[in-house]
Amino acid sequence: MSVPLPLAEIIVSSLIVIGGSFALIGSWGLVRLPSLMERLHGPTKATTLGLGGMLLGSVAYFQLVRGEWTTHELLVSVFLFVTAPISANLIAKVHLHRLRLDEASESVGPAGRPAPPTANTDWATHEAPHLGTPGDMAGD
Amino acid sequence: MIEYALGFGFVVLGLALALNLWRLLKGPGVTDRILALDTMVINIIGIIVLAGIAGGSGSSFEAALLLAMVGFVGTVAYAKFLLRGDIIE
Repeated sequence: MSVPLPLAEIIVSSLIVIGGSFALIGSWGLVRLPSLMERLHGPTKATTLGLGGMLLGSVAYFQLVRGEWTTHELLVSVFLFVTAPISANLIAKVHLHRLRLDEASESVGPAGRPAPPTANTDWATHEAPHLGTPGDMAGD
Repeated sequence: MIEYALGFGFVVLGLALALNLWRLLKGPGVTDRILALDTMVINIIGIIVLAGIAGGSGSSFEAALLLAMVGFVGTVAYAKFLLRGDIIE
């Protein structure tokens, strides 16, 4: 690809600066927001997006400035974009679980405490793996 | 121009790591600490990526990929331990 070098430098620099700003905003949200459920938003969205920006900047740098095509960064960003929601979901589950156990250190968010489960069901955070699913050891 | 952007990125990510460290030390809950560790791993991956651009070699991305995987597995292990009292049931 033939992009003039000044334009390539502008593209790479702006991607790095935008990505770094998003990463800082995510970490600032982690410090500033009052409860865990709100704090989850900063790292899971802003920081992941910022890292995606920096990885795109890296792809653009190696392609446009050095003329090498690299795909490692895309691998890293795909992996992060897949795993960030999973880890956020697990952290939220731990938080709800500990709220149920009345751990004093857990912060209650503006939505209040979670509603108790209906009859014949257990809390989703404490339920054993369902029959027939891969986590089910009793059925083996 | 890229040098200035890289300098900005390093400073900003270092600042973000300091903020994460503050949350890691202050807590108050265990979940806050897990979240802070997870965010620290993501920010460190960012620093590795920027170092790869600054060094001009593509060999640091294996480290970034490895750190992404280990960080995710670590977060899942913490969460599973707190949820079920065991990591591999």
